Amino acid sequence: MKSDNAAQLLADELAGKFPDARGRFGPFGGRYVPETLFAAFENLDAAVKQHLHAADFQAELARELANWVGRPTALTHAPKMSAAWGAEVWFKREDLAHTGAHKINNALGQALLAKRLGVKRIVAETGAGQHGVATAAACARVGLPCTVYMGSVDMERQAPNVGRMKLLGATVVPVTSGDQTLRAAIDEAFRDWVANPTDTFYIIGSAVGPHPFPYLVRELQSVIGKEARRQFLERTGKLPDAVMACVGGGSNSIGLFHPFIGDASVEIIGIEAGGTGDKLGHNAATLAYGRPGVLHGAYSLLLQDADGQIQETHSVSAGLDYPGVGPEHSLLLWAGRVRYEAATDDDSLAALAECCRLEGILPAIESAHAFAGAKRWAKSNPGKAVLIGLSGRGDKDMPTLQRTLLAVKE
Amino acid sequence: MTPREKISAAVAQARGGTAIVAFLTAGYPGLDRFRDDLAKIGSEADVVEIGVPFTDPMADGVTIQRSSREALAQGFTLRWLLAELQAMTRPKAPLVLMSYLNPLLAFGLEKLAAESAKAGVCGFIVPDLPYDESADFRAALDAHGIALIQMVTPVTPPERLKQLCAASQGFVYAVTMTGTTGRNAAVPAEVTNYLDAVRSASKQPVCAGFGIRSRDQVKQLEGHVAGVIVGSALVEVLESGQDAPTFLKSLRS
Repeated sequence: MKSDNAAQLLADELAGKFPDARGRFGPFGGRYVPETLFAAFENLDAAVKQHLHAADFQAELARELANWVGRPTALTHAPKMSAAWGAEVWFKREDLAHTGAHKINNALGQALLAKRLGVKRIVAETGAGQHGVATAAACARVGLPCTVYMGSVDMERQAPNVGRMKLLGATVVPVTSGDQTLRAAIDEAFRDWVANPTDTFYIIGSAVGPHPFPYLVRELQSVIGKEARRQFLERTGKLPDAVMACVGGGSNSIGLFHPFIGDASVEIIGIEAGGTGDKLGHNAATLAYGRPGVLHGAYSLLLQDADGQIQETHSVSAGLDYPGVGPEHSLLLWAGRVRYEAATDDDSLAALAECCRLEGILPAIESAHAFAGAKRWAKSNPGKAVLIGLSGRGDKDMPTLQRTLLAVKE
Repeated sequence: MTPREKISAAVAQARGGTAIVAFLTAGYPGLDRFRDDLAKIGSEADVVEIGVPFTDPMADGVTIQRSSREALAQGFTLRWLLAELQAMTRPKAPLVLMSYLNPLLAFGLEKLAAESAKAGVCGFIVPDLPYDESADFRAALDAHGIALIQMVTPVTPPERLKQLCAASQGFVYAVTMTGTTGRNAAVPAEVTNYLDAVRSASKQPVCAGFGIRSRDQVKQLEGHVAGVIVGSALVEVLESGQDAPTFLKSLRS
């Protein structure tokens, strides 16, 4: 769905004009928050401007990323998968980052920022549990108490992560309202912040929400793409032909994509959760099927019905099971720079099994969506090179995998 | 009198001094009860605030989350609500719609303003539409003289308080505490001090809301505000089958 003024939107994005002074990525983004949070967002905005790119903050962040998170993460060539698919397949290994996913890049950065703001406590939401675990770990590291809201449906399907968060000292609050998944957890985290606007910092887990969250999260996650681009050039002497990542709210994908946006030769493809099919409610493919609207404080594409009510979604992966998407992704779609496709539950689980068998890596079910998309791409681009964002490890998915892949085999 | 002037007049001329702005969730406890409930509440309240259910009511507590979800499950839509209001004999008390932004965007802001005018709607409260993002909707409503009511809170900075009070139409909605709707709030001195500050910043009447449930609270607020907004407590009265006008009367004396 390319917009009529796609060329202008792309030119402005490449020139670094977004987000603009009003927190917009072209038509998308903005700050639609209850009045109670207005001052909190002004403070956050000021803190981001003051600290995020300041030398001392960046030095502290770089130190912690290197020595505590374990960056840079590896760039791995996948020879057997390359042979099987007929294209050169590379992985950017965020599964090797501390706590097992890209989420730590953002959680650590925001926790360090919160510390500088002098807040008393942290709240966060989590879907797959990876952001909750990362936030709990980062809060332990910087010394702030942490409350994590998690949908009760997700607590069941990601049980191992609930225990990890508790061990790391977080209070995990089950969310039984709404659809009891990620979206209800975000609602509840916002409600907590509305009740405690002055002493609390909300570490949002994806590139969604009111300005400046989508910008802040993109800046903190761009370390993925910056490293990967440098590593790929060092190892191969060229850029990949395509870069692919899974898209739920869109933080690992914007982090991988953003440093490649100016490389016109690189095809960029985001893979959304295609669930069980293309009918409303059967997937979480917001960019494929959504229409513009406001949810969780930003104007972006949304899965909604004709009356503007938010649609319940389905995905086998808790981390992609979300009816919205970060505003910069909506912009990149309308600007025609990124193509977004969907991968179904079944294709993603099959790709996960293939990655285990051929490369000895168990990816998260979220990341496996990118593999399913890459496999399709490889078939029509023989001999070309694709870089896949392997956003997290799949250990947390064992309860789901027991019920699906392993149940089928036994 | 324009629709928005009807709101400020109704608040200013309230019986017994303090105006009662009564909230009900449209379509809850049942779509078929809406006309009857609205008539009853409208017979006692000075202004009626009709909540438009939304799937993700970010600023609301458990009561309004529950009522919204139930009304949606019964098939509530904004189109249905406007059609009902257009078809029925409406109460004398001015009507204000309280809605999150997305259902309004989906309806179309200009069409919504026109249909709302036909439905006797005098104002809107949109909790996730801060003043800074409201230019489009404000313009659409202005064309029909409909109010866009601004909320202010105890953590609103002083300069912004002035700006919001100047921009608000009908009345200024003063949130008496931070937090979501529905929790019981005592009325400490800092709240009355805050409300006095809002009152001195505003030419419009000031109504206090969030957590109002008893005559005691209303008494403590008297003299500090022109009206009180009663939300979750009234929703609970309706869902337990008690008489809404009796409850509203009990807040006056």
